Amino acid sequence: MFDITPTEWTAILLSIRVAVIATLISTPIGIGVAWLLARRDFWGKPIVDAIIYLPLVLPPVVTGYLLLLTLGKRGLVGGWLAEHLGIVFAFRWTGAALACGVMSFPLLVRPIRLSIEAVDRKLEQAAGTLGASPWKVFATVTLPLAMPGVLAGMVLGFAKAIGEFGATITFVSNIPGETQTISSAIYSLIQTPDGDTAALRLVIISISIAIAALIASEWFARRATQRLHGN
Amino acid sequence: MLRVDVFKKLGEFAVDVAFTSEGRVTGLFGTSGAGKTSLVSMIAGLVKPDRGVIAIDGDVLDDTAAGVHVPAHRRRIGYVFQDARLFPHLNVAQNLDYGRRMNRLDRDPVQETRMTDLLDIGDLLARRPGGLSGGERQRVALGRALLSRPRLLLLDEPLGALDDKRKAEILPYLVRLRDEADIPMVYVSHDADEMRQLATSVVMLKRGRVAAFGGVEVLPQAS
Repeated sequence: MFDITPTEWTAILLSIRVAVIATLISTPIGIGVAWLLARRDFWGKPIVDAIIYLPLVLPPVVTGYLLLLTLGKRGLVGGWLAEHLGIVFAFRWTGAALACGVMSFPLLVRPIRLSIEAVDRKLEQAAGTLGASPWKVFATVTLPLAMPGVLAGMVLGFAKAIGEFGATITFVSNIPGETQTISSAIYSLIQTPDGDTAALRLVIISISIAIAALIASEWFARRATQRLHGN
Repeated sequence: MLRVDVFKKLGEFAVDVAFTSEGRVTGLFGTSGAGKTSLVSMIAGLVKPDRGVIAIDGDVLDDTAAGVHVPAHRRRIGYVFQDARLFPHLNVAQNLDYGRRMNRLDRDPVQETRMTDLLDIGDLLARRPGGLSGGERQRVALGRALLSRPRLLLLDEPLGALDDKRKAEILPYLVRLRDEADIPMVYVSHDADEMRQLATSVVMLKRGRVAAFGGVEVLPQAS
């Protein structure tokens, strides 16, 4: 039962790599977007807001197909990137990371935005009168106080990214060793006769990863809260 | 010298104030709703006047006609708020050091010790604001504003949130600051007794306008 085959190992490691990369790249972008939505009023803000939440409400296969249309090799952006910068997303693990990043983005942004909104603007004003430029106010007051929300967003985003299936398989397919994550490996195994044991193995592994992520997030959140309110 | 000549409309209410003060402590006196906080927010640069001029010693901070508005963080004006506004994620020592770090000033241990002694906050340095009493918080806020080495200190009802016992505890520190710190101050209060003890000149505000200007004798008697 617990003889994990090399193919399965590859899928597990790939899933973790894809989710970690997707989360690490999405986080700074998510913090910037969350700050804009929480602290600035600008023309078209409701539209930006809607676009960010779109992957949450669209069928994942639609998001995946839209990615394929725009960032695929013959896509408008994808073609240009491939030709001028040599960056290819379609049918590569980087594409899987991109699909996971897009799908998990709304879940990542929301807690960060809420926690930035909860930071008392009076503290930001006080920092300004002490000589802190807007950027320094953000780095020394807003961001540290919003840290529990940032961590929560990262964990939610990571959890979503590691389980993402629909958009990923549509955009980058299901190629063992390149784009086959745990989810798509389980899907393939269920389609195969006698694949049940292997599928179950991967199911148990994905449950373990999820629980480990939850415990880690709980620990981080508690530490962050202690740092904020310790005496 | 502080020169203020501003107009700002705030809904139904308007602040329309002009005065020039040479005093060490300029008192802004008036009941709540007289426009005191709006006025100090404009001096601090947190609120932009609709029109007018604010200048310290000839250095123009606001001049709407010339399109000048120096942002708060470049004014070097300290602000002590009624609600202290200490940073909850930093301990007292880090709060005190914040302004120096933001302005990239060199450390001045002599001044730091003098300030912590003057305000009696030496024992609190390792603690977080969450665990401090209201009076302690306000003393730390005073120290934090002063250690950023401002050229003007705004005190917006710094005793407003404290009970009488705590007020009596802080007031002597404010008198000491006035006499020893050598920084001009603008002191906002609706308490005539407090004003009499601290202010060297008084701007009396009523419904957003200057009702009287002069020494402490313009304050109403007996309260």
